[in-house]
Amino acid sequence: MTAEQVVFVLAAVVTLGSALGMVTTRSVFVGALWMIAVFGGVAALFILLGAGFLGIVQILVYIGAIAVLILFAIMLTPRVMGDPNAPRYNRQWPLVAVMASALASLLVALVLRTDWPLAQEGAPTITGFAVELGKGFMTTYILPFEVASVLLLVALIGAIVIAREE
Amino acid sequence: MSSVPLSWYLIVAALLFSIGAYGALARRNAIGILMGIELMLNAVNINLVAFWRYIEVTGLAGQLFAVIVITVAAAEAAVALALILAIYRTRDTVNVEEIDLLKW
Repeated sequence: MTAEQVVFVLAAVVTLGSALGMVTTRSVFVGALWMIAVFGGVAALFILLGAGFLGIVQILVYIGAIAVLILFAIMLTPRVMGDPNAPRYNRQWPLVAVMASALASLLVALVLRTDWPLAQEGAPTITGFAVELGKGFMTTYILPFEVASVLLLVALIGAIVIAREE
Repeated sequence: MSSVPLSWYLIVAALLFSIGAYGALARRNAIGILMGIELMLNAVNINLVAFWRYIEVTGLAGQLFAVIVITVAAAEAAVALALILAIYRTRDTVNVEEIDLLKW
């Protein structure tokens, strides 16, 4: 195995193992801590893929913002956390487990059977890609950029209005 | 080309998506459901970046789309947590089995 493959396997094991820990742990708070490990593993996969900018964005937005937001929400809803004997799953969880396993098998089989049209050229110039990304957002892809800006503004105002005390 | 085949990344993303779907559908806590959805969005992002790296590395669209997905995930988390807090304040629970106001 090459060094890249070793790093990939490590990142994949951390990601998937933490994901399993997240959905199976009893306490939602411990699950949120597992979720942070998943986000870190995904950031490692991004960096391994040569998307260093996205890896940093992943750490900043997911671990820095979304995970902290979720931890805050868990802390603010204590009556659910306080009951250690409450079942963590709903009644149909065996059915869901079968469905999720079937979905995973189907997707893996599809991935292995498909002949992907891989790019033929050698290693691309990935350095300085964040600059290209910024230029792209300001020229060709200005419309999705503006739509995302409006979406964030709407979500911000909406969250304040919904969560405000009457 | 990289020594890790494209299919490895796609398989990791598929497994992560399935685990996230299981968490989103089986959990009773509304915050647990939200965490499962975040996992599924992350799996999609792995796919987008992997396809960018192995198939369309000269284009911008793969990474750009991943940035948009991260933006939408952040907006979704903020609104969903505001909704959960509002429900908790009025109904005193975040268990989705007890939030049945809209059921006939």
